[in-house]
Amino acid sequence: MTTPLYKKTAREIRDAVRSGAVTATAVTEAHLARIAEVDPKVDAFTQIWTDEALAQAAAVDAKVKQGVDPGPMAGVPVGVKELICTRTGKTTCASKILENFRSPYDATIIKKLDAAGAIFLGKVNMDEFAMGSSTERSTLKTTKNPWNLKCVPGGSSGGSAAAISADECAMAIGSDTGGSIRQPAALCGCVGIKPTYGRVSRYGLVAFASSLDQIGPLTKNVEDAALSLNTLCGRDPLDATSADLPVPDFTKALTGDVKGLRVGLPKEYFTEALNAEMREKVEAAVDVFRRGGAEIVPVSLPHTDYAIATYYIICTAEASANLARFDGVRYGYRHPGAKTVEEMYVLSKSEAFGPEVRRRIMLGTYVLSSGYYDAYYLKAQKVRRLIKKDFDDAFEQCDFVMGPTSPIPSFEFGAKTENPLEMYLADIYTISVNLATLPGISIPCGLTASGLPAGLQMIGRPFGEETLLRAAHCYEQTSGITLGEPPIA
Amino acid sequence: MSKITKQDVEYVAGLAQLRLDDAAKERLVREMGDILAYMDQLNELDTSNVEPMMHAMEMTNVFRQDVVEPSLPREEALMNAPVHDGEYFIVPRILEGDAS
Amino acid sequence: MEFEAVVGMEVHVEINSKSKVFCGCSGNFHAAPNTNVCPVCLGMPGVLPVLNVDMVNKSVAVGLALNCTISRWSKLDRKNYFYPDMAKNYQISQYDLPLCQNGWIDIEVDGQTKRIGITRAHIEEDTARNTHTIGGNQSGVDFNRSGLPLLEIVTEPDIRSAKEALAYLTALKQMLQYLDVSDCNMEEGSLRAEANISVRPVGQEKFGTKTEVKNVASFSGVHKAIEFEIARHIKLINSGGKVVQETRGWDADRGITVPQRLKESAHDYRYFPEPDLVPIVVDEAWEQRIRESLPELPAARRSRMGTQYGLSAYDANVITLSQDTANYYEQVVAAGADAKKAANWLMVELQSLLSAAKQDIRDCRVSPADLAALVGLIESGAINGKMGKDVIAEMFETGKATQDIVNEQGLSQITDTGEIEAIIRQVLADNPAQVEQFRSGKDKVFGFLVGQVMRATQGKANPALLNDLLRRELSRQEN
Ligand SMILES: [Zn+2]
Repeated sequence: MTTPLYKKTAREIRDAVRSGAVTATAVTEAHLARIAEVDPKVDAFTQIWTDEALAQAAAVDAKVKQGVDPGPMAGVPVGVKELICTRTGKTTCASKILENFRSPYDATIIKKLDAAGAIFLGKVNMDEFAMGSSTERSTLKTTKNPWNLKCVPGGSSGGSAAAISADECAMAIGSDTGGSIRQPAALCGCVGIKPTYGRVSRYGLVAFASSLDQIGPLTKNVEDAALSLNTLCGRDPLDATSADLPVPDFTKALTGDVKGLRVGLPKEYFTEALNAEMREKVEAAVDVFRRGGAEIVPVSLPHTDYAIATYYIICTAEASANLARFDGVRYGYRHPGAKTVEEMYVLSKSEAFGPEVRRRIMLGTYVLSSGYYDAYYLKAQKVRRLIKKDFDDAFEQCDFVMGPTSPIPSFEFGAKTENPLEMYLADIYTISVNLATLPGISIPCGLTASGLPAGLQMIGRPFGEETLLRAAHCYEQTSGITLGEPPIA
Repeated sequence: MSKITKQDVEYVAGLAQLRLDDAAKERLVREMGDILAYMDQLNELDTSNVEPMMHAMEMTNVFRQDVVEPSLPREEALMNAPVHDGEYFIVPRILEGDAS
Repeated sequence: MEFEAVVGMEVHVEINSKSKVFCGCSGNFHAAPNTNVCPVCLGMPGVLPVLNVDMVNKSVAVGLALNCTISRWSKLDRKNYFYPDMAKNYQISQYDLPLCQNGWIDIEVDGQTKRIGITRAHIEEDTARNTHTIGGNQSGVDFNRSGLPLLEIVTEPDIRSAKEALAYLTALKQMLQYLDVSDCNMEEGSLRAEANISVRPVGQEKFGTKTEVKNVASFSGVHKAIEFEIARHIKLINSGGKVVQETRGWDADRGITVPQRLKESAHDYRYFPEPDLVPIVVDEAWEQRIRESLPELPAARRSRMGTQYGLSAYDANVITLSQDTANYYEQVVAAGADAKKAANWLMVELQSLLSAAKQDIRDCRVSPADLAALVGLIESGAINGKMGKDVIAEMFETGKATQDIVNEQGLSQITDTGEIEAIIRQVLADNPAQVEQFRSGKDKVFGFLVGQVMRATQGKANPALLNDLLRRELSRQEN
């Protein structure tokens, strides 16, 4: 029996469509059918753009037929996170405040993917304004983990990760402010890479924390991550913080060996906080690298314990300003009872922002308010530099840093929504990477005894994505670990 | 003792244009208090000689040239407005002192 | 007790870049409402600002002209407050590291020069405009102005009177116009002034409590508002009251300032560095390039033209008030006109024609060469001054060349000595009584006789020549 089209990787689809072996229309139809089959259980997709997707596919097929280059992502079906602005459909950020928002413009990455021949199947779920680690904060629906429908998919890009894991699309766009690509990728057993800050244009990504946010792909394997980055990366004149660096062909970095690479293991990542089962998986992964000829180097990231406090000061402060624009004047929800300008603000925001968003706005406003700026925000900016320096120092001794993506595997719904601080602490391994603006990738490194995926994280030098992809790809090819199919039950 | 008081929460809610009922205020006093207390661990670090990391990128001088680009058609500019009259975004009457 | 006022000014200038400061929308805010808007200046979700380099160049030029230090490294910050005019509910501005700092400008008050310190000049973005003409209990918001480049210029509290404030604004506006960075139209809001005002007993170091006056739409309004506010403070203090620190609006109709109701938290702006923009680094080379491109500035031009053309301080001042007038004047002189006479004709006759027609000298139909020709004709005696006024009026109206008008209207003066002498003899013969009176010492009669000769020549006799010949004839007849 041949592999169904929805099981194929982006690379396989792209090659088949370009060669004419299969049509983009057939690929799209197969994925739409797969969504119809499994999404009622997984609830990853929040919008399905059947007509638009088939029209895009027809355009790709027409190009192939005419002998015109259909692009490096030809026919690859993509799910787009709800906070990426698209002229098609709505851009809700999984929030009541934007429940009817239709973007008048496309994000830069949407234009790039479209030009590359990718097919947008629709949008996928997330925590409201990307604030959360479980996608339970969505106002749209509850996305489940395909490995155990009672468990969360992680977050905030939980819809992206679940959709990949359930074979509903071959690539999903996520965004990562403190781990929002890597952690759900780990919890759902797929590959997720957060590129270096500045690698991918943020134009059209609805901002949560502007100095930390970065767009990245979630994929079925490392090669697809590399392929996706080829299209996503690059300087954008509309984003002043996008790096003016040449974009390599990332797929060329996948050499299949790690000989000579130095793998840094930070001692701060292997403490009591790390679940024993997760530790075991990571240690097994270390062995794979050792056997592959890599050198294992103990390193230290001494300010690791301060990362969460630093992160929550910076991200809430930036968010408090970024979310101020949702005032019911130009777009978004306006409370019908508002009779004055102040009521328009207060009633609309209070009703249409969820509790976690309100809490973060409050925290961010507080740390910036008169008399507290130096104690919190300025202090956090200084510690952020120390955290970045920890990595700079570590990279003197190693080529990348390795450890778990999340200290724990997926958990049941409602298990961690009560105590916000406890939920914040679970981001320990991912947020330093955003603070230090570094690239980080999460790849599956096995299943726990209860059948939930564990994720291995690798952290690279600034703009060192190629090294990460090479290491992750080699691990994927040589570790012998395959998760198999999620039960979707 | 919480790091912050109910008055602090009310002041911050005023700045953020949020309205909170009493229960929400109480909860925020507790939650924000916990989180702020946790954040206070940063004070263990001597950062007197550390330059704040004010920007994520080390780049400088990224500009656009002074070139006029097409604007949005007005229908598209207004299409998401909760209230508009085809020309203007309509809001409740703005009074002097509404700045806040 | 005698009081002195202490005033600092904050001026917002809309810079005349072609596009907005953070997006490519046109800077023309006269367009139909909400037509020069895009996702960026509407503060749509997901958008990012990119700084217009023209704004940096022009801001540095202003900074240099105001003798400021240009920051080698500066950044932009977010200033957070809610207002329906604010697309993002934060304004991108500069907080603790402005682009230009520590400068000064000299102003002229009652013939005295005074130096006003400039604290800073920084980049920010303008807000939208709201209109109350919408029916019902509603306002309309137009975002055409949202994101226009705005330079805020702040002075030290060096101003001591409403008059000085006015002189400062005049000097600043002149400077900005010389630099061609703004149209400085106060009525249209492209130049907006706010004043921080306090009073203190003469001799006291410590400042009094200040009030901030906003909403002033004209230079004369600024003058009146400051005068009003100073008097209000003094009256309050003299009657045992206390000045309350507050923001007040100028009510031009009633000629008073009124308190603006603001929340206690309204000034907690929660500034922090704008993460979407990278720092601005103006190195020495860049600063030098801008310095070299600066035009001759008002003070330098005033003093050069005073010396070069032998103009009085007053004349030099008036002629250099605008760059266009100064350029026009220099072209008139370059075309051969006498410098002093050219100044008079420009400042008196041409200026009154321009004022009456509400016309800018740039649009004037009298070319500098024509004005020079007119001055030349008068100087040579070909026409007299009175004729000159008619000719310039005609030139102003029609744009015709000087000589053409003189020829068409037969305006040339009679400079033929014999012809004038004949007429004089006739006039003296016709007026023996007046001749007798003159001889008995009534000098005033001379004027009457001149008038009679002029009438006989229909005003065409060269006045100097006529005077000369008439005196000579009178004394000849006496002997
Ligand atoms: Zn615009």
